[in-house]
Amino acid sequence: MVWDWLPTYAFRFVEGFWITIQLFSMSLFFGFMLAIPIGLAQVTGPKWLGLIARGYCTLFRGTPLLIQLWLLYYGLGSIFPHFPALRESMFWPILIAAFPYAVVAFSLSVAAYEGHVMAGAFRSVPKNELEAGRAFGMSRFTLLWRIWLPRALQNVLPTLAGEAVLTLKSVPLASTITVFGVYGVGSIVRQDTYLVYEPLLFVAFIYLCLTGILVYLFGWLERRVPSESMK
Amino acid sequence: MNLLKSLIASAVVAAGLGTSASAEIKLGLDSSNYEPFYSRSASGEWTGWEIEIGEAICAAMNEECEWTAIAWDGIIPALTAKKIDAIFGSMSITEERKKTINFSEKYYNTPAALIGPKNMEITSAADLVGKNIGVQVSSTHENYVNANFADGATVKIYQDFNEHNFDLVAGRVDVVVADSLALAPFLESADGAGFEVKMILNDDVIFGIGVGAGIRKEDTELLAKVNAAIAQIRADGTYDEISAKYFDFDIYGGE
Amino acid sequence: MEFISNTIQLLYEWGPNFWRGTMATLQIAIGSYLLGIFIGTCAATGKIYGGRSLRFSLGIYTTLIRAVPELVLILLIYYAGSTLVNIVLEGLGFSPIDISGVAAGIIVIGIVQGAYQTEVIRGALIAIPKHETDAGIAFGMSRFKVFRRISFPAMLPLALPGMANLWMICTKETALLAVVGFEELALVTKQAAGKTRMFLEAFTVAMIIYLCITLASNVVFKLVEKRTTRGHPKLDR
Repeated sequence: MVWDWLPTYAFRFVEGFWITIQLFSMSLFFGFMLAIPIGLAQVTGPKWLGLIARGYCTLFRGTPLLIQLWLLYYGLGSIFPHFPALRESMFWPILIAAFPYAVVAFSLSVAAYEGHVMAGAFRSVPKNELEAGRAFGMSRFTLLWRIWLPRALQNVLPTLAGEAVLTLKSVPLASTITVFGVYGVGSIVRQDTYLVYEPLLFVAFIYLCLTGILVYLFGWLERRVPSESMK
Repeated sequence: MNLLKSLIASAVVAAGLGTSASAEIKLGLDSSNYEPFYSRSASGEWTGWEIEIGEAICAAMNEECEWTAIAWDGIIPALTAKKIDAIFGSMSITEERKKTINFSEKYYNTPAALIGPKNMEITSAADLVGKNIGVQVSSTHENYVNANFADGATVKIYQDFNEHNFDLVAGRVDVVVADSLALAPFLESADGAGFEVKMILNDDVIFGIGVGAGIRKEDTELLAKVNAAIAQIRADGTYDEISAKYFDFDIYGGE
Repeated sequence: MEFISNTIQLLYEWGPNFWRGTMATLQIAIGSYLLGIFIGTCAATGKIYGGRSLRFSLGIYTTLIRAVPELVLILLIYYAGSTLVNIVLEGLGFSPIDISGVAAGIIVIGIVQGAYQTEVIRGALIAIPKHETDAGIAFGMSRFKVFRRISFPAMLPLALPGMANLWMICTKETALLAVVGFEELALVTKQAAGKTRMFLEAFTVAMIIYLCITLASNVVFKLVEKRTTRGHPKLDR
């Protein structure tokens, strides 16, 4: 096996690693923020909001992330020439960079999957706990923040861990819109050196480690959840 | 362990059932469109100058040929892994590539060009500082840009030719470096109206002497046949006949 | 609106290509899904009944596949797979075959699906009350007969939600083959978009096609669920 390309590309791999981590954590964060209202809308509140939320989840879960990514990046990009004024605006540097599109597309996808999971999670919290909170005079927001959300999260942590791993594994797709993470750098090595297996195995190894760390972190979180067996 | 063996054997057989013992030559090209050399028509066939030349070469070799699309950044590994038998997708002959594969004699040569917006002044590398340059992955154009313009300019790498043209129109890149002939249809189209050729780029080392068919190092017999076929279609006028349909100048690029 | 007229023009010109891509996608999806179930069933029984080394190696298989990005796996299996098959064949004395694009796609995604199916099927098999299989053995049924008559039908309703989910994942995973150059729906869409420059319209059409596949699959799985859980007590809501 040929590994002499590693020193040459080490710096690029570090850059790519940083981009991977950034893309992953930002997508997870924004996606989760969005998932809470999406999940909530399906459980409580006006019916039409719930329907919109469900439709959103169905749309984004039923279509490949790759197509969503391309639709956002190239689809929006095709509108730009129609608005020359955009080039002067201060948003222009963000609009032409590829990274924001990756974050938006991934966040929307994460929100759809986690929103679906959170809907089930919110439903699974025993009603009497919520009623107790209301009886104490908690406002709707306090109820959500102190009781409903934490309890829902506790029930559903393993599933969220799975979704997080899936999100991490989606990061390579961003290389198709010029966002080069670890996988992207690996494919650059492949094109430059025509070596197929070594760069791919290296990338696989890095992701293996990252997944392991992620699973460990979530496992730590799960252990902190009080469970009934701790009586 | 008997069960394991029979499972493996049946899996291999099943894989074989979906295949054929190849009697034909698989020609590999980029899975995206590269007009006017090759592109997918609306009815699903491959059309273009390079397709016709390829078919002519196969006819001269008395072989059946099959066109296979491969993503460009994996086309040389696909050749060495025997997924295709020859690369016929406008691949430039370079010393770097020659380390891994052999090339036939060239069958055309056109220079690379840098195109940009009409209202942007670009005459040298200095004008490109702070600009975004779009190139296709794993291409000689990418190598040239990295070698000459990468200081101070941002290089954006795209999976295929059409994507960087698209981003040029959208404004995400300021200039694009690609083959001058492939860029011509774009510049003539409505989208390309605001752009023009800024620089013609020449570098014999990076761009090589022209485009040839990529062939595995060990397939010396196939290499000889292809070279003979290329010589034949150039001699008997087929090459000129096909080229006249697409271009009104000599695409071969001199001796 | 220009968008609608563009879309109609796109469909008119490129409809056959979209159709071709959709058929390729469905072929690969169905083939690899079935292969995944086959691999999953074998591996799940191996994990439950097998010896320590078998369980260990199967554990490596499922862990690796589930921890490494699909794109990396697809590339590795795509390049290594055909080379391996040809090495085996040449070792056995046969001439090397070339695997058709569809077959390669099915094998690649099937192997990935197999790892996930293993976990789903294994979880379902473990959940079957042991006395049901014990009764079968007491009746003198062979191990295979017990599996076919008792375990498999009992496991289906338990595994169905997971398997339905994996089917959705499978259809969407076929889109990743575009990065390798397979001409399934995603790549055909990109080709059409590149040629006509109607990026927004083309990708919207692709989204709609995938959505239709998903919605149709949902209906099918609901029917299968109704059939496999017939006679089961309904869950209290």
